[in-house]
Amino acid sequence: MPAKELSPIEIYQKLPRTNCGECGEANCMAFAAKLVNREALLDDCKPLMEPENKEAYDDLWALLKPAVKAVEVGVGENALTIGGEYVFHRHEFTYFHQPAIAVDVSDEMSEEEFDLRVKVLNDFSYEYIGMQLTLDMLSVRSTSGDPDTFAAAVKKASELTQKPLILCALNPDVMQKGLEVAADRRPLIYAATKDNWKEMAELAIQYGCPLVASSPQDLDTLKSITHTLEAYGVEDIVMDPGTAPNDHMAANLNNLVKLRWQSVNDEEEHLGYPILGLPLVAWTVEEEDTIINEWNETVLAALCIDRFVDAMIIHGISGWALLPQIILRNNIYTDPRKPVSVEPELIVFGEPDELSPVMLTTNFALTYYTVASDIESAKLNSYLLVVDSEGMSVESAVAGRKMTADTVAEALANFKVGDRVKHRHLVIPGRSARLSGEIQELSGWTVSVGPLDSSGIAKFLDEKWTPFPED
Amino acid sequence: MAKPKDIELLLNKDLLEKLAKFQAIELEDVEIELEEIEFSVGGGGGGIPSALLARMGFEFALIRDSANRITSLLGGPASPMGMGVPQMMPVAPGLAPVAPAAKPTELIPETMGVPVSEYPGSIVEVKLGATKAEGGTRAMSYVIGGEKVLPFFNFQAETPHKPVIALDVFDWPKVPLSKAVKMHFREYLEDTAEWARVCVDKFGAEMINVHLLTIDPLIEDAPPKEALKKVEDVLEAVDVPLSIGGCGDPQKDYAVFKAICENIEGERLLINSVTLDMDIEGTARLVNDNDNCVIAFTSMDVNKARELNRKLYDFVPKNQILMDTTTAALGYGLDYAFTVMERCRLAGLKGDPELNHPMSSGTTNAWAAREAWMKMGPEFAPRELRGPIWETVTGMTLLLAGVDYFMMMHPAAVDALKTIINQFMSNDKPAEPTEWVSVRM
Repeated sequence: MPAKELSPIEIYQKLPRTNCGECGEANCMAFAAKLVNREALLDDCKPLMEPENKEAYDDLWALLKPAVKAVEVGVGENALTIGGEYVFHRHEFTYFHQPAIAVDVSDEMSEEEFDLRVKVLNDFSYEYIGMQLTLDMLSVRSTSGDPDTFAAAVKKASELTQKPLILCALNPDVMQKGLEVAADRRPLIYAATKDNWKEMAELAIQYGCPLVASSPQDLDTLKSITHTLEAYGVEDIVMDPGTAPNDHMAANLNNLVKLRWQSVNDEEEHLGYPILGLPLVAWTVEEEDTIINEWNETVLAALCIDRFVDAMIIHGISGWALLPQIILRNNIYTDPRKPVSVEPELIVFGEPDELSPVMLTTNFALTYYTVASDIESAKLNSYLLVVDSEGMSVESAVAGRKMTADTVAEALANFKVGDRVKHRHLVIPGRSARLSGEIQELSGWTVSVGPLDSSGIAKFLDEKWTPFPED
Repeated sequence: MAKPKDIELLLNKDLLEKLAKFQAIELEDVEIELEEIEFSVGGGGGGIPSALLARMGFEFALIRDSANRITSLLGGPASPMGMGVPQMMPVAPGLAPVAPAAKPTELIPETMGVPVSEYPGSIVEVKLGATKAEGGTRAMSYVIGGEKVLPFFNFQAETPHKPVIALDVFDWPKVPLSKAVKMHFREYLEDTAEWARVCVDKFGAEMINVHLLTIDPLIEDAPPKEALKKVEDVLEAVDVPLSIGGCGDPQKDYAVFKAICENIEGERLLINSVTLDMDIEGTARLVNDNDNCVIAFTSMDVNKARELNRKLYDFVPKNQILMDTTTAALGYGLDYAFTVMERCRLAGLKGDPELNHPMSSGTTNAWAAREAWMKMGPEFAPRELRGPIWETVTGMTLLLAGVDYFMMMHPAAVDALKTIINQFMSNDKPAEPTEWVSVRM
């Protein structure tokens, strides 16, 4: 049942209602609320795990299970969950697991290129509003078609990174050799096709690994393969509907939409699995410059992120191309149920004294975290007045008159900023420059217009700040 | 430091029907303030009286609220704090799978169903610009809107009209532009008409947005007459339809729009924009009396978008209104922009008569993201690519949410998004699956 239709009461009625607190919640109602929001695990309820409660457990499991199965790749602390989604649109509930990004290597690459790619996978990290955004998996392809060459590449890959692996080879003999060296890492096997499904299913069962069902541009056959794999005993399946180069964006979109719509909205059997996207197909097209391949790959990756893909393989490793991908997936997979804004208040950084700068920003969460992180990283002893802009950024708040000279003057008074400092000098964001005169008039504070972007605060204060500018 | 704000409930008809089951919850002793609860209905309101909807919305809010309060009173966190809190998720438990009777030896035949959607509503069509035959002087006019399904769900219905890409030009040479953008327009910053001509001739602008910044009382406070002259010059310099942007000062914008609407006839201009704090009736009458179109601009709020449209309907026909619910850059709130637009489009298709307008996006806002222009480490070079890909990804994401009219800036991003739109419009299926596994890249 899609998540949007569940109520805590419905769940509560099926719980043991002992209020034992063993789950860490105060009572069963609180636990039920957590379950409905997918913030707690059913298995945390100890009484429910007793044999006499098996029926209730099964009922609850069926109620709470995601429409798209959560498939685990990798082992131990490096394991990664893909899928586990409940809804079609993010606003219907939330999306849970960001699409995993796998970097491509192949068994015929030069050692130098192979090593560089694994290094990028391991080391790439970008700090974004207090989080470290990283890449997730290594995909090892057999371009040689030779089992031993593939085994050597897989072995090397598993030594160079602890992140989960995808093994790509359509020949079961080649795949077998790869699995012999890396099965203990629980890699994702790519792929079972209409031609090799039986051999691949045997390998997946023998080695206990998740398996991709692949049927590019033929969804009937894709469903046929997933159904057959299920009947064969494969439990963890990922679906590859094929990704075509950029000329076929519409076909790509339509395949993704059909699959996810059927699994989530129509609850079709045999289709409740995560989807694999392949932006790297952009590199199969001959272009004048590899920059175009990488650009096109980024566009395909953005499509995959915007529309339901749960894991994807990319070939390009340039920062300018990776950055929009990791930030887009972070944005789309942000929980829309969480607050957009922070509480308006006067924030203290470091150990300011009565001559320290007083700056201003709005209470839009992204604005606030960006400004705060710039002030923190520059170690500026200062005050930051966070004005209630109804959760809008500076530019929109000024344009939409959510931050006005009135609200600024009011905030200065309400938070008694004048009690903290001796001076009356306020630095406002560059994007609110048009308010400077009015703020000065209404509040009586001298106003300086700061930089357009908060990355310039340290330099600005260094060059321009003085507590008493008139003197 | 972050504390949650009020939770806005997102309710749809399905949920409300389910909620009817929980009507019996004992809340007799609770005082009810319906006004305190904000909720939105995405179901087109078929069949359920609004008072009942309101009541059920409240019940639901209360259940959720008390669950939250219980949690917090009794030791748990009040509600999730900050951004990006990791989610716990039930993973498949170790239930013994039912042993298959016999392993299949052949593929089990299957047919994939085609997801059906029969939306009762559709998006209104809006015509921008006017050719000589239509009473204006433009070489072309465009119709946008008319969608009956979600963007480019081509297997359900064709996309009736191609989204339009317009380039921004500003009448103030000091407008802050990133270096990557400015390098393409540096020679034309002083000459708005020439700037517009270059956008059309060289960079393929399908329309031009003239942003009249000098009228801003805080910039030059240029009189309406001067602004009118500039617009006339641009009309002379290019043959594509125009959109006219104000400075954001409600009184001044109205005065300038008045001068332009009353003096330029028959061009079916797109006035950018009318907002809730403007003289809505006055602006709407200007648009209506002179047969122009208008962008109804609100700030990321479905209910405000609905409110502004409703206020406009008294004075302007629906097919002269575009809505703009605000564009935030990739990394700087794109998720909110995306979801508000997606909700508006979905509501319009489901029959909400106040949200079924073509949508407009100030995609140029992508440049507000520092990653689009900032100098970063060598691993992120060159920034000449980072900016355009930023604008492209921002635009494409909103294209998928339903945007019909793009206001853009960087020539490479304009070109890229145009290509992407053509790719989505085309129904070319690949003749062969793409071979990639064995390809040396």
